[in-house]
Amino acid sequence: MRYIRPLSIEDAVGELAKAVGPAAILAGGSDLLVRMKGGFVEPELIVDIKRIGGFSDITETADGFRIGAAVPCAVLGEHAALKKAWPGVVEAAKLIGSKQVQGRCTITGNLCNASPAADSVPALVAAGAKAVVAGPSGKRTIAVETVPTGPGRTSLAKGEIIEAILLDKRPAHAGDAYLRFIPRTEMDIAVVSAGINLTLDDKGIIKTARVALGAAAPTVLLVEEAAEALIGRTLDDGTLERLAKICSGACRPIDDKRGTIEFRRKVAGVLAQRVAATAYKRAGGK
Amino acid sequence: MNFDPRFSGRKFASVGTRPVRPDGVDKVTGRARYGADFNMAGQLVGRVLRSPHAHAIIKKIDTSKAEKLSGVKAVITAKDLPDLTDGDAGMYDVLDNCMARTKALYDGHAVAAVAAVDARTARQALKLIEVDYEVLPHVTDVDEAMQHHAPLINEATFTEGLEEKPVKPSNVTKRSQFGHGDVHQGFGHADHIIERSFKTEQTHQGYIEPHACVASVNLDGTAELWVCTQGHFVYRQHCAQLLGLEASKLRVTSSEIGGGFGGKTHVWAEPVALALSRKAGRPVKLVMTRDEVFRASGPTSATSIDVKIGARKDGTITAAEATLRYTSGPYAGTWAEIGAMTAFACYKLDNVKTVGYEVLVNRPKTAAYRAPSAPMAAFAVESAIDELAKEIGIDPVEFRIKNAAQEGTRSSYGPVYGPIGIGPTLEAAKNHPHMKAPLKANQGRGMACGFWFNFGGQTCVDLNIGMDGSVSLAVGTVDVGGSRASLSLVAAEELGIDYSQLKAIVADTSSLGYNDMTDGSRGTFSSSMATISAARNAIKILRDRAAQMWDVPVDDVIWEKGHAIAKGEKYGNLSPLSLKEIAAQSGKTGGPIAGHSELVADGAGVSFATHICDIEVDPQTGATRVIRYTVVQDAGKAVHPTYVEGQYQGGAAQGIGWALNEEYIYGKDGRLQNPGFLDYRIPVCSDLPMIDTQILEIPNPNHPYGVRGVGETSIVPPLAAIANAVSNAAGVRMTHIPMSPPRILAAIEAERKG
Repeated sequence: MRYIRPLSIEDAVGELAKAVGPAAILAGGSDLLVRMKGGFVEPELIVDIKRIGGFSDITETADGFRIGAAVPCAVLGEHAALKKAWPGVVEAAKLIGSKQVQGRCTITGNLCNASPAADSVPALVAAGAKAVVAGPSGKRTIAVETVPTGPGRTSLAKGEIIEAILLDKRPAHAGDAYLRFIPRTEMDIAVVSAGINLTLDDKGIIKTARVALGAAAPTVLLVEEAAEALIGRTLDDGTLERLAKICSGACRPIDDKRGTIEFRRKVAGVLAQRVAATAYKRAGGK
Repeated sequence: MNFDPRFSGRKFASVGTRPVRPDGVDKVTGRARYGADFNMAGQLVGRVLRSPHAHAIIKKIDTSKAEKLSGVKAVITAKDLPDLTDGDAGMYDVLDNCMARTKALYDGHAVAAVAAVDARTARQALKLIEVDYEVLPHVTDVDEAMQHHAPLINEATFTEGLEEKPVKPSNVTKRSQFGHGDVHQGFGHADHIIERSFKTEQTHQGYIEPHACVASVNLDGTAELWVCTQGHFVYRQHCAQLLGLEASKLRVTSSEIGGGFGGKTHVWAEPVALALSRKAGRPVKLVMTRDEVFRASGPTSATSIDVKIGARKDGTITAAEATLRYTSGPYAGTWAEIGAMTAFACYKLDNVKTVGYEVLVNRPKTAAYRAPSAPMAAFAVESAIDELAKEIGIDPVEFRIKNAAQEGTRSSYGPVYGPIGIGPTLEAAKNHPHMKAPLKANQGRGMACGFWFNFGGQTCVDLNIGMDGSVSLAVGTVDVGGSRASLSLVAAEELGIDYSQLKAIVADTSSLGYNDMTDGSRGTFSSSMATISAARNAIKILRDRAAQMWDVPVDDVIWEKGHAIAKGEKYGNLSPLSLKEIAAQSGKTGGPIAGHSELVADGAGVSFATHICDIEVDPQTGATRVIRYTVVQDAGKAVHPTYVEGQYQGGAAQGIGWALNEEYIYGKDGRLQNPGFLDYRIPVCSDLPMIDTQILEIPNPNHPYGVRGVGETSIVPPLAAIANAVSNAAGVRMTHIPMSPPRILAAIEAERKG
């Protein structure tokens, strides 16, 4: 096994592109090291991206925020402006693993691990986040929901690295939120989860909405029908009921060790209602 | 040696205080050595190949490729552990469980093992071992395994304990029955009868430290074993028997132990490590991964239990009956029998009958787990008791008080009780402020009682007094819950010296006589008895030496508060001699001063507890939160109250996990789906409230200080107490443990739909 710690994105991409055997990217390592220890993967090349310039920074730009691929989730929680603009994304990132794990793990890693139950991904999808991808044939910016293609699989080509996640600047009356269901209080994996991002007009009518569900299908679901049910309305009981029904119906869950199909369907709707209420309140709705 | 174990009602100076434990600093600084912390020169890494099938014939194992891999020093299969059990069926099962002989009987069953120079090589070698399996149909569910068409796990199993000898084999190894009176007649006198069926899923003890050992077999027939265990003397016996070694030539040293709870009373990896070392000619370290611990070390039984209880309008129980079916893994056990004994032990009953069935399934061999078998029986019985109280319209605490067993009651499993604590724990619970605290919406309160036998057994202690007056105490019961601190307090009490003058250690098997293991809540009960006896023997010698120093008859010398005192007016000018002064002269008065004790600790006092808990249920998701929890338990005498409280809290915490989320989940393929702490959900700190404790002290008449065991009873009531609380909060009776959110939500939805 070869471990390298390149200082430039070009070097990192170059090494990954020419790797012959299985290669892995190391940021926080909270997924990779566990998988290696369990004997599930035995990479011949490990590329540590933490020393690449800019990878460990959160930058506020004219368009919003640029979160480097190696920024630990705990650091997101310490960034006042990011927390104010995107509280739902930050609360999702801060639910991953334990306190210790949050000091290492990253939202980019969470995205690339491609688990349908990843905590930060529904929040990022609801937020309309984008991923900046660097590769042998240059850079491209893609919607985060196009990165995972199935459990453990991504759309990234050989040699490609996500170097940052982009979040938009917030307009007035905007709010997002994330909730997951776990049987315990912490250190657990979502049985089902929901992330919602809303903007309101001056009267509290929902102008735009994005609704995402986690652990409800092979990839995180962006439920457009649920967004449509919210747009043009306030969050009255009828709207909430319709939201729950649509979200429950949109799920394509499985029966497994973490929950049943019936349970996931029902709770997806319940969570969507609760998340919508929080996001609406954060956006200034009453 | 004349040792009088009867309770004497003395006043205590040391016992009952709360000093820091002697092993504490090492544990919090990381210096303490656990199973995997020991290393020997030239040590190899051992790894075990395990069956991926729940049930399969092992047709052939080809180890030739693995043996040829550079760095591999030994590969073993069942052939390297020949059957030396000489007709001992129980030991044969242990042997077969350590290394499958003809059939793999569960997912995770060991089929071969390697010793190599490093972990990577060992892992590679496992991949090179070719096993030819013929996969057989399997069964993992207790009720399915009892069906006549179920796959047979052992074709030579004919149910024992039936009136007529069965003609066909089955998966039921044994039927047992307990009780007295006539239940049929008793139910005839009942105004109300509750009849319910319950299920509990299989759980693991969940100790944080996995099984680990280092084995070294020498060419001269001697061997050493460093191991994390609850009973190194028992491990020595079992390993010696399985390997064909002489017991006294196998020296077993117990490491510090990161939790056992009954799960470290059985050998799994140790005979394998010894066999690997014997073949490789080098020491072998074998550490199980968490995955292996779950798949192949001892979980408790999964159960299916029917309960029927009848009572008159005035709240008197007229009859009680239970049928209990317990899984024992693929080998015979007596788990249902223990469950049948404990089920109604809390109550005074004229008519009671319990029947237990031991059921074979394709799951790992069941091992003891803290008051083994009792929590499931208590869950079923205490749930039905609660429901019956509700139906009669009587307070559940009053109902239990009215029917509680007392001194002189003939227990449901046979013996007549001496002084016992069930009544007092119920009265204390009734008067506890917890019982009157207000509840909010969606919250429910539950309570339940529990019983455990407690054991004594063979025990041996050495107490050595140094020439500087310090005292070392060598005990043979592994310290799993603070017993070195407790036993030091007991020795300090008897000798009349300060706790800080003592140091207690757990001696290895070559340094002390045989001890049964630390199980059955016997550690402090039995070793304190032996410590008292050893200290009293040392005091005899101390008095004798003082008499020599003074040149007075020994009968005139008494021992008081750590000093020899010459009694009588004629000795008025002799100032008392301290232990330290006598020890300093020991070289001139007859040599080293020591006290020894070897005994069988009889008369372990039975133990009872009552628990109260408040649970909040989210009616939309089935999520639960433990709001408040109170344990009331009889300790006989709390030697070190902090560690008694720790035992109460620990049992409650494990019970909470078991009640709410912990379970073995098997796929249709018979493979364990959740062999890790991510999906086998023991509670994390934030899941638990501070668990309040109340220690009652109803002295055990058969111990000089009144001590009873305290380690196990605390896990007996929680399943039932929590089930009663959840049922009250959710408005629907929960009959399946664990009460995970999907199960609770499904029950609420079913109730809503009617």
